Amino acid sequence: MFEIRIHSRGGQGGVTAARLLALAAIHDGKYATAAPFYGAERRGAPIVSFVRIDETPIRVYSQIKKPDMVVVLDASVMDVVDVLQGLKSGGKVLINSQQKKEFAGYAFCNVDLTGIALREKLVVSGSPILNTPVIGALAKMGIVSVDSAKKAIREMFTDERNVKVAEAAYQELIV
Amino acid sequence: MKKIATGNKAVAEAVKQVVPAVVAAYPITPQTEIVEQIAEFVTSGELKSRYIAVESEHSAMAACIGASITGVRTFTATSSHGLLYMHEMTNWAAGARLPIVMANVNRSLGPGWNIWAEHTDAMQERDTGWLQVYVSTVQEAYDAIIMAFRIAEHHDVLLPVMVNLDGFLLSHIMQPLDTIEPGDFIPPLSLPYAIDVTNPAGYGGLTGPDQHFKFRWDIERSMRDSVTVIEETEKEFAKRFGRRYGFTENYRCEDAEIIIVSLGTLGKETEVAIDLLRKEGIRAGSMRLRWLRPFPDLSLLKGKQVVVIDRDYSFGRGGILATEIVAQTKEDVFSVIAGLGGQEVTYEDVADFVRKRRVGTEFWFGVNANV
Repeated sequence: MFEIRIHSRGGQGGVTAARLLALAAIHDGKYATAAPFYGAERRGAPIVSFVRIDETPIRVYSQIKKPDMVVVLDASVMDVVDVLQGLKSGGKVLINSQQKKEFAGYAFCNVDLTGIALREKLVVSGSPILNTPVIGALAKMGIVSVDSAKKAIREMFTDERNVKVAEAAYQELIV
Repeated sequence: MKKIATGNKAVAEAVKQVVPAVVAAYPITPQTEIVEQIAEFVTSGELKSRYIAVESEHSAMAACIGASITGVRTFTATSSHGLLYMHEMTNWAAGARLPIVMANVNRSLGPGWNIWAEHTDAMQERDTGWLQVYVSTVQEAYDAIIMAFRIAEHHDVLLPVMVNLDGFLLSHIMQPLDTIEPGDFIPPLSLPYAIDVTNPAGYGGLTGPDQHFKFRWDIERSMRDSVTVIEETEKEFAKRFGRRYGFTENYRCEDAEIIIVSLGTLGKETEVAIDLLRKEGIRAGSMRLRWLRPFPDLSLLKGKQVVVIDRDYSFGRGGILATEIVAQTKEDVFSVIAGLGGQEVTYEDVADFVRKRRVGTEFWFGVNANV
């Protein structure tokens, strides 16, 4: 089982990103679940969502304590949350950031998802859309296939720019 | 069709397939998504139902009763305090023999205010004459709602059915969902004693001490008959749609010395604990109870060491499921109280309950003592 924890702030699309990722994994012929963790958070507060991907049906409902991968949609949550907590050694980290950061012992990647969304003017209620470009980045990291990523995005969004930003993130991410 | 859906969305999708004439509901966390989605289906014309946005849960059930008594299919959904607010009317629905189907998203009762999963809400409706089933996956929630209509509307039953799904853990998780076309699996509803609104008449007269007990016995007789109806319905569902359910879902029980009994999503988490325990050489199995009413025959538990996990409690008595199981098997159990108000319970915790079992005692998880 491959377990992913997504860190974001309420309203940034972390829950939708989890859902897109699970849907793409299902299109890859795998089993997947996406579960937001509902606490007392509100819009703007740090939140986490969980995605599990496996070859067999997933029976675990409890929170992910030792993820194989951590995705950070908003690097500012790293000031208040230890995003690497419990991450398995050698685990993957994907951060939405222009700046490269290094964490010893982890396979680290960064890509400017915010910049990509702004370039395409993919902004809703003043917030750049991060949940569709991040799926492109995750496809580049081999978590899901590109075809399934695009299929999942098209099933959930009619605006083709969502596919475009995913493609841009795929191109720009260096692994 | 391959989809991904939350438990709530799956319930709404199932309701769409069955097309109740009337849906009357009031929103409450974590059920809200169900009624929002149904309202959207009605607004878009995808679902040809009358949606009644009532002012309370008591009214929601009253509206379902009023509609159902004219011989039409009805549905509602609620949770927690909403369910308890309906309590007078849930008794009425069963007493009037109305095949209303309700989704209850299990949530704890305040205070202290808490919106997370617990089964005490549904357990407090245990003695109302409603059938109760507890589900553990998004797919099962969908399938159970569809089957609930067929079971409730069967002339040997004619009792309301409550489908229970864990708040957030199941209502808000996204899992794969295969939707179906039920076709004549759900035949048109025909109530034997529907009120004809074009020919008004008075009903509901006093039933005196020489009559009332007969109506009560008739509910019990139908509850007993519902066992066969449930079995036949689940068998027919499996034949047509390929997914088989039962009164319990048993996992690695064949050669088990210890059986863990639980409800809802904890039953799935427990299966993972079983795999863990088996690796340690502990011969454990999991029994996930699906139907609480009618209460199934649990003779499989005879002679085993039984660990019961209750995500509910009856103050001054004990875990409600544990109490029911002891009453039936006449054997002691290790009663674990865990997951109240959404308390996190992992498969590692469940494995630990088994390792530390002391049959004949009660253990409150997180309280650090057998009490």
